[in-house]
Amino acid sequence: MSGAATSETAGVEWRLAAPLGLTYLAFFAAPLLILLVMSFSVDDNLGGFSLAAWAKFWGDPFYRGVVWDTLRLGLVTVAMTTLFAYPIALLFIASGPGLQRLLLFIVLLPLLTSVVIRTFAWIAILSREGVLNQALLALGLTTAPLNLLQTELGLVIALMQIEMPLMLLPLITVMQQIDPSLSDASRALGGSKWRTFRKVILPLSLPGWIAGATLVFASATTAFISQTVIGGARLVYLPTLIWQQAMVVYNWPFAAVASVTLLVAVLAGVSLFAMLGRFARTTA
Amino acid sequence: MPSPDPLAPPEIQSQPLTLDAISHSYGDALAVNEVTLEVRAGELIALLGPSGCGKSTLLRIVAGFINQTSGRVVIADRVVDSLPPNRREVGIVFQSYALFPHMTVAENIAYGLEARGESKATCRERVSEMLATVRMEGFADRKPRQLSGGQQQRVALARALAVRPRILLLDEPFAALDKNLRLDMQIEIKRLQRQFGLTAILVTHDQDEAMSIADRIAVMSKGRIEQLGSPVEIYDQPETLFVNDFIGSSNRFAGVIESAGEGAYGVRLASGALWNVASRKAFAPGDRVVATIRPEQLVLTDQATDGSIPVTLKLSLPIGGELIHDVETRSGEAFKVAAGRRPGEPVSPMAATHCALAPHARPVLFPQPAA
Repeated sequence: MSGAATSETAGVEWRLAAPLGLTYLAFFAAPLLILLVMSFSVDDNLGGFSLAAWAKFWGDPFYRGVVWDTLRLGLVTVAMTTLFAYPIALLFIASGPGLQRLLLFIVLLPLLTSVVIRTFAWIAILSREGVLNQALLALGLTTAPLNLLQTELGLVIALMQIEMPLMLLPLITVMQQIDPSLSDASRALGGSKWRTFRKVILPLSLPGWIAGATLVFASATTAFISQTVIGGARLVYLPTLIWQQAMVVYNWPFAAVASVTLLVAVLAGVSLFAMLGRFARTTA
Repeated sequence: MPSPDPLAPPEIQSQPLTLDAISHSYGDALAVNEVTLEVRAGELIALLGPSGCGKSTLLRIVAGFINQTSGRVVIADRVVDSLPPNRREVGIVFQSYALFPHMTVAENIAYGLEARGESKATCRERVSEMLATVRMEGFADRKPRQLSGGQQQRVALARALAVRPRILLLDEPFAALDKNLRLDMQIEIKRLQRQFGLTAILVTHDQDEAMSIADRIAVMSKGRIEQLGSPVEIYDQPETLFVNDFIGSSNRFAGVIESAGEGAYGVRLASGALWNVASRKAFAPGDRVVATIRPEQLVLTDQATDGSIPVTLKLSLPIGGELIHDVETRSGEAFKVAAGRRPGEPVSPMAATHCALAPHARPVLFPQPAA
């Protein structure tokens, strides 16, 4: 009786997933396959077979540099968001419901504004005549305005604000599930606050950090608008390169090579974080 | 003189703990109100009360997790109020056990020793010693989630005791255990507390727990200690109606003082019966009082006797070795009578028409509470 019901629902289940599955097949898997084939083609009509685009991309130190810069941008952004997210997450779980709501609102704010608006807002803040430089000059902390736009530092600062919710939300979710008496136990056993964080809170929050780091890395390496608007023409990352090659130079096989490279690079970064997490959990 | 061996069996050197006029407020809410309590060296005191009575707040104040609004905590003649939790040398066993889930049993037990900077060798030896003490040898490499509730609690105890604390705090330690295991763990904790000569505070809302292992019980209500005494005193001579109702089950009878003698009063109950009740409290003839009596101090009979109340038997329940009778007076007051059950005895003694005080009965008098 119940067995019949189960097999009946099992029969229905794949049909429920079918619309989304077919959509993915048609609009995700198939284009990806075309992209892959395109990267081995001679022209944008998918004609012929050639390794020319791959050889040109990987043979040129400039393009290899772009790949490395993109990966580094992702890693640095992950590192910086981590550095700032942990204190905020600790403050969040230690606060009362009122302060928690306020913190959550501030954290979510970047998600509630358009990516174009917040990116241009960062230009207003970071430019030579911008808010930050004026403040630094007025405080006498610097004699000449700092060059922040079109630098990796400025880009990382902007990305950090934009990507912060992606790091904080999973981190807070996991940290809220940690039994508060665990830190009490650590303290009562003679553990300092720092030891309690390092030995108890940090290892137990790793699943949240892995989720956050994965999202931030994938998002920072592919943040086309921030990269082009704040990075400008001087800093070239893979998304910008793909856009230039596909829409300006009209070299589709070459753009396909860059796209596949970006995809693999992001996947590699994501698996790196998963591995790091597993390693830390077995040795902590 | 040889340097003290860190692994020598603990010297029984218990430390007293004094709570001196402790008050604590959360915002406007007064959680603990002027509590003064002296826990003697090596004594186990239970803080017993309903949730929200302030017992857990008091425990967290002793541990140093909360800084009290006023008052002092004194451990072994030293005021510890300015010390953070990691400097108070207080061991705690939590309701959830709070074992570190990502560490093995051995790592959990070694945690406090490592935090104190003990050498690896000392940690290893102390861990195996503690595992033996709580009879958990062979579990050193398990993770907490691979242990049963009772085993987790043994590890939690071993972890708390490994650092040789001066004071042991037990926060509802048996609440998560099933009933059969509970008594075993109570005996275990009592044994360890004696063996280590620990001064201990047990926080609980379960009177059986408090009764079974505490040397003294402090019954708490609304941030204050209502009564402090041995389990027997608390049960037999409750000082307030709250304590009377919170501990054990008890029947209330409204009455009026008819005559006052040397520490004894004649009390006329609403049913007309006259009880002669000893009491240290002062009453005057004509005072309205409440007389309480435990169910096991009443007997059912089939004829009227001195001070008996005419009743009707509504229901009898066999609860293990006891029979609980639900009876009602003519005026509709319901109360309970408990009696030992003989095997094979019919559940209802049919002919019961009256209820009287057992020969050893000790009713307790309270002033009638203001409505």
